[in-house]
Amino acid sequence: MKGTPETPQCGFSRASIQILGLQGVNPQKFTAFNVLEDEELRGGIKEYSDWPTIPQLYVNKEFVGGTDIMMSMHQDGTLAKLLEEKGVLVEADESDASSTSS
Amino acid sequence: MATSQTPMEDAIRQKVTQAFAPASLEIFNDSHLHSHHKAMAGSTSQETHFRVYVTSDTFEGKRQPARHREVYSLLKDEMAAEGGIHALQLRTKTPQEAAATTEAK
Repeated sequence: MKGTPETPQCGFSRASIQILGLQGVNPQKFTAFNVLEDEELRGGIKEYSDWPTIPQLYVNKEFVGGTDIMMSMHQDGTLAKLLEEKGVLVEADESDASSTSS
Repeated sequence: MATSQTPMEDAIRQKVTQAFAPASLEIFNDSHLHSHHKAMAGSTSQETHFRVYVTSDTFEGKRQPARHREVYSLLKDEMAAEGGIHALQLRTKTPQEAAATTEAK
């Protein structure tokens, strides 16, 4: 993305972070990389995914898409399904905080 | 012949029309909304941010990322050019999908 989740430097990056927040992505399972601080990453990621724009979403190393795709998947429910299947959401019973950790 | 005031938009329309024979094609130039944003410092182009809605049956059987890649790759030169297209919002649908969305509204 451009900027950080706290201070995005681009409207598309901001919207993407907002979508992931609405979806309930577990912050511990999410990492954002700021391409504005890493010119090599900025060029490299575009080549890697054969995708010319930033931000880009990856789930378990797999390229999902840019903001438009995240938005349409958010709206039609396929993003929720994907994120749930990949187990990257905050788990419902986790928020009870009653479970003991082993 | 006068030079076009909208060379980028013309290029998008021409290339998309040729490649996808779209059932519908809408191009919106949103550049004015972004002229003050940081990445646009120093740019004098009036054609940096576009929204493009394409409906075409050539998208049939392809997932969204594949469809977007086709459009990006078609407009590769325009996007790579200095002062060229900085952001391209895409909505790519098949006629069937487009009809389904209209009905749902």
